[in-house]
Amino acid sequence: MNSVYGSKRRISDIVLLALIYLSAALAVAVLVGIVAYVFVRGVSSINLSFLTTVTSAIKGTSGILGNIVNTLYIIVITLIIAAPVGIGAAVYLTEYAKPGRLVSLIEFTTETLSGIPSIIYGLFGMVFFGTSLGLGFSILCGSLTLTLMVLPIIISTTQSALKTVPLSYRSGAMGIGATKWYMIRTIILPSAMPGIVTSVILSIGRIVGESAALLFTAGSAYFLPKSFFGHIFTSGGTLTIQMYLNMSKAKYTEAFGIAFILICIVLLINFLTKVVIRTGTRK
Amino acid sequence: MENVSTAGARLKGRALSSEKIISKSGNFSINGRGSSKNFVETLMKFIFFLCAMAAVAAVLSITLYMIISGTPALFQVGIFDMLFNTLWAPTAAEPSFGIAYMILTSVTGTALALVIGVPVGLFTAVFLSEVAHKRAAAVVKPAVELLAGIPSIVYGLMGVLIINPLMYKLEFFIFSGSETHKFTGGANMLAAILVLAVMILPTVINVSETSLRAVPEELRAASLALGATKTQTIFKTTIPAAKNGIITAVVLGVGRAIGEAMAIVLVSGNSVNMPLPFNSVRFLTTGIVSEMSYSSGLHRQALFTVGLVLFAFIMIVNIVINRIIKGGKGNE
Repeated sequence: MNSVYGSKRRISDIVLLALIYLSAALAVAVLVGIVAYVFVRGVSSINLSFLTTVTSAIKGTSGILGNIVNTLYIIVITLIIAAPVGIGAAVYLTEYAKPGRLVSLIEFTTETLSGIPSIIYGLFGMVFFGTSLGLGFSILCGSLTLTLMVLPIIISTTQSALKTVPLSYRSGAMGIGATKWYMIRTIILPSAMPGIVTSVILSIGRIVGESAALLFTAGSAYFLPKSFFGHIFTSGGTLTIQMYLNMSKAKYTEAFGIAFILICIVLLINFLTKVVIRTGTRK
Repeated sequence: MENVSTAGARLKGRALSSEKIISKSGNFSINGRGSSKNFVETLMKFIFFLCAMAAVAAVLSITLYMIISGTPALFQVGIFDMLFNTLWAPTAAEPSFGIAYMILTSVTGTALALVIGVPVGLFTAVFLSEVAHKRAAAVVKPAVELLAGIPSIVYGLMGVLIINPLMYKLEFFIFSGSETHKFTGGANMLAAILVLAVMILPTVINVSETSLRAVPEELRAASLALGATKTQTIFKTTIPAAKNGIITAVVLGVGRAIGEAMAIVLVSGNSVNMPLPFNSVRFLTTGIVSEMSYSSGLHRQALFTVGLVLFAFIMIVNIVINRIIKGGKGNE
């Protein structure tokens, strides 16, 4: 059509264009298929007792409250450790470091971290945090392992947010005599807040969906916490781990119930990121 | 930036005198309080530096620990006996720790998943960056983002309940007369490959799309002006120009596919076999997941060697990506 020769259409063009449309349609169809299938089969498993009880043979209940609590524990602890470190690293890379060997080493290792598969994190966490540091199968051990996993997400998202803070803000702050730390604290970080919040939300998504790294670190217990702080030293399986256990025992009804919740969380996180980015750009 | 900071430093020097006066009256300037100022500045810089080194420390210690825990079994069993032997019988009376089939399965499985996933992914990326109207892109783009967010265990559930039954029918159809074929109930290599192909889609799409969008508009315009059709422009100009990014996308896909465990552990059948499409197979990753919980002694160490082999593959992938990105920057 764009050719100067006008009307002549080539068969290869049509075939390739058809393949392009087909591929895009396939990608959408796969997603819609998965979401619809999980919703249709999962919604019937969701009821009050499923969400508010713990699986118990004595009481005859089958619920996932323990796993929900464990997941929340792991999210909070992981973020408490990973967010400051990740944001700090991003600040160092954008505000302090001068381009050179050290920076390219840090950037290379950050990329490497994001490429390491979760099962390797699981093995490392089991040996290092579990055995060497003596944490065994515990929520803390799982959280420390996940900290390493979400670090690259927080660093790279925060870094790109910091880079969008205009140079004039920095010059302005410097010009009126602010010190570097004061400038970072009062100008740079607040301006980059939408990006930082996005990085935290993305990390939550990664943590909620993670399973292989937690199997050998946080374990698979599904009990409610006996004490608020003591719980972090006990074994605790997240929703994904419980779903894996259900699947390997062919308890598909429960597995679909958890899958339903996971998909809802994924949709929510996706929506939240969009909202945060939109409010960020509107400013 | 240099100029700004030196100017800032000079200003700071001047500000000091006035600051003393202010601090006497109980107020404080935005410079912070005089004597502690330098200390806080240096301290914060040091803290930020430590944070930045966390990633370096993590990669170093992961590498170190993988080597420390992975090599004992390798030397105890013998490098050749482990890596090139096909018999995996860790709990037998005379245990054998050959992981050749697992390595082969992971490599071929990843390669075949790419054969399916990369064309679909690349075409979808082309759709998003070159072909789609805004409204169509507004449907496809979020769909791809959501695909990336779906937990791997959910993909596994789909594999078990949708792909495996289909595979069972196919297997029954193809091997109905065969007496040598071991029926797997649909949990086979092909099923795992299909799951992996879907899972690498978001990675391939996102990275290729970014690199396609980075191709300068002039190139497309020049190609169109020479009389090429839109499709010719896409395949002869835009894609070759975005080559580096697309290769990066493929390599990232390799990393994603070879490291995936939970999605395929229940889909692939999980017995150590030759990686043929309808065989029940075990990948490097699924071997670790399914045996770690009950392993001990040399068996456990052998599983760490499996992890080390996997880690070696991943490090190769990372170094390749690093090279491509650096090479790309050099060309610009």
